[in-house]
Amino acid sequence: MNVDLYEKIWMRGVAALLVVFFAVTAYEAYSGSVQPPSHVETIDPTKAMGDARFQPLGVSVDASGHVHARLVGITFAWLPPAITVPAETPVTFHLTSTDVTHGFEIVRTNGQSMVVPGYISQFTTQFAAGEYLIACNEFCGIGHHTMAGKLTVVPASQWKAPGAAPTASADDGSRSSGNTMAMTSGAGDQP
Amino acid sequence: MSAASRAITPDPRSTPLPEAARSTSTNRLILAHIWVAVLAFGVAASMALMQALSRANLTLPGRTARMYYMSVTAHGILMAIVFTTFFIMALGYAVVQRENGTIRWPRLAWLWFGLALLGTVLAIGTVFAFKSTVLYTFYPPLQAHPLFYIGLTLLVVGSWGWTADTIASWRAARRAAGNKPVSLALHATTANAMLWALATIGVASEMLFLLIPWSLGLVPKVDPILARTLFWYFGHPLVYFWLLPAYTVWYALLPREAGGKLFSEPLGRMVFALFLILSTPVGFHHQFQDPGIPAGWKLFHTFNTMAISFPSLVTAFTICASLEVAGRLRGGQGLFGWIRALPWHDPFVTSALCAMMLFMAGGFGGSINGAYALNGVVHNTAWIFAHFHLTVGSAVALTFMGTAYWLVPRVSGRELELKLLAQVQPWLWFAGMILFAVVTHVTGLMGLPRRVFDTTYNGAPQAQSWQLLTDVSAFGGLILFVSAMFFVLVMLGTLLAGKRKPQPAIEWTESLGEPAGGYTSGLWDRLGLWFVVAVVLVLIAYAIPLIQHLQMTTYGSPGFKPF
Repeated sequence: MNVDLYEKIWMRGVAALLVVFFAVTAYEAYSGSVQPPSHVETIDPTKAMGDARFQPLGVSVDASGHVHARLVGITFAWLPPAITVPAETPVTFHLTSTDVTHGFEIVRTNGQSMVVPGYISQFTTQFAAGEYLIACNEFCGIGHHTMAGKLTVVPASQWKAPGAAPTASADDGSRSSGNTMAMTSGAGDQP
Repeated sequence: MSAASRAITPDPRSTPLPEAARSTSTNRLILAHIWVAVLAFGVAASMALMQALSRANLTLPGRTARMYYMSVTAHGILMAIVFTTFFIMALGYAVVQRENGTIRWPRLAWLWFGLALLGTVLAIGTVFAFKSTVLYTFYPPLQAHPLFYIGLTLLVVGSWGWTADTIASWRAARRAAGNKPVSLALHATTANAMLWALATIGVASEMLFLLIPWSLGLVPKVDPILARTLFWYFGHPLVYFWLLPAYTVWYALLPREAGGKLFSEPLGRMVFALFLILSTPVGFHHQFQDPGIPAGWKLFHTFNTMAISFPSLVTAFTICASLEVAGRLRGGQGLFGWIRALPWHDPFVTSALCAMMLFMAGGFGGSINGAYALNGVVHNTAWIFAHFHLTVGSAVALTFMGTAYWLVPRVSGRELELKLLAQVQPWLWFAGMILFAVVTHVTGLMGLPRRVFDTTYNGAPQAQSWQLLTDVSAFGGLILFVSAMFFVLVMLGTLLAGKRKPQPAIEWTESLGEPAGGYTSGLWDRLGLWFVVAVVLVLIAYAIPLIQHLQMTTYGSPGFKPF
């Protein structure tokens, strides 16, 4: 194939750029610095509210001092509707739905995940102090635009851990593939 | 540019087609498809006007959440599925007729048309009856009326008839051409038909095995992640099914109409083969934020997604170079003088050029959507619909509108009516999209979720920051509506009242630097081979995660109708 010199240069430049994109993305992914929420764990959506993995709902601190936030999406609310977490502190969110698919979005942060009935979504992120709207960003029905919650982020020094530490939750165990680079989906949920 | 220094002679304009040759059965078939596309477009644009006014938070009679979400569903189905598919089939039939004189199975084609139209009427009927407010992505567990799923399936089955006809016609043309390649236009149309055959396996499986039995009550539950995976197996190649016909027009028609030649035709053949190979194993980049899909597979699909930007970037060079050839042949001088020398008075050329300018912005945005690490900032925000209004809504739709100005006279034997409206229309679309789509990218970055009836969130401070920009985008929507109506008026005027007059024949762009004896058929012309490669890549990208998924304990969901 006879290709014009300028076009050859362009094609090589484009190919080189894509190789750089590949390399940067692979580095980010394998170093674990940036990953989309890709937790693989299932749950019976009809029993999600009573499931041990969603007790207690809201914010809690585990035995190692790590902050967790457990929320359930229902049409048309996040339960609990308001949570408070410490600033500049990693918070692990655990999310599921009892009915349709919702989208958990903490506005103007990278804290977001689809919330799909039958599955547990999980991601860890941290926030600057302030008040944030938690919107639903997946159409879930006639009241989709009313489905909102509130995240309050206070300086860590002013934050008080609510209640007692929960018992070791099931999702800390071996069934959770977390956001590792696994290409297998594990055994799913075996309560 | 070296192209400018080459000796080029302007090719003579095409000779008029004799009157008798125009009233073929295939031309009537093409016009029938265009009628459906234009009517669907008009209704969908009216739905969009309602949404724009609603976005501006105006107190209007009949403005309810129920109405809004129904109209979003109708707009998405009619624009993204009906308008595109019918127009693509019309253009495809025109390409085949130009190559072979006739399509392969002219009578059967009317059956496929009837099936697709019946399916469209059934599906959209249930939407207008407020029975299927599930948006055009129809994710379960939201459940629509069974006829919604059955109707869309019939539309796909009808399009399979077109697919089979195109591939059979391509094989006949290959045999007739011996060691010469078929025209680039037919090569591209066939690559798209093959891509469509591979892609629709996903949505057909979702419909037949999951959604139709579930909506009829034959099975109680479906697994939402399995359904989403099958949908996006189809959903991304769907994007290329829209885009490739626009590229076909840019390669095979536009340079000629602009007065030039195609800069590097052999690379064009490579480009369409690469799209066939790479367009399907990329669907997980729509599911970055989904649970239940391991990160490793999302990364694999990310790499394929990046690779598919290669043929698009090659296209950007080839088409710009071809347009430069055209501009210089028309006497354009200097670094940018050739741009002014292009025939901006021609509504087809102007539409395609405006479409390309908007696509540059859309393409950059798309590489952010498809980026593994950046998607989380924009996923399901207003950024997303802003993005696809620049891509399918501009690069594709505006090119199709321009193509209609070019094609309809040639297949109907009628002169284009209301030409002034046709000349203004692309510029209105361009301006409307700058205000609507470019501005909405910003609102998306500020967190506005997509698909919301009301953006006020009870006065939440973050929500208040969106209002000014949503007002601007609503104004853009108004301009787009005027542009859409101009297009519909031009089409109706031409189809119903255009002066009957001999029209130029359909001629493809000549190739710059074609060897004396013409090209010989090469590796990139072997689309059958590339189809097999595509199937292997799809098996790697999807079979393993799907098998793993099916081995997992999943619970499934009954249907919900919260609308």
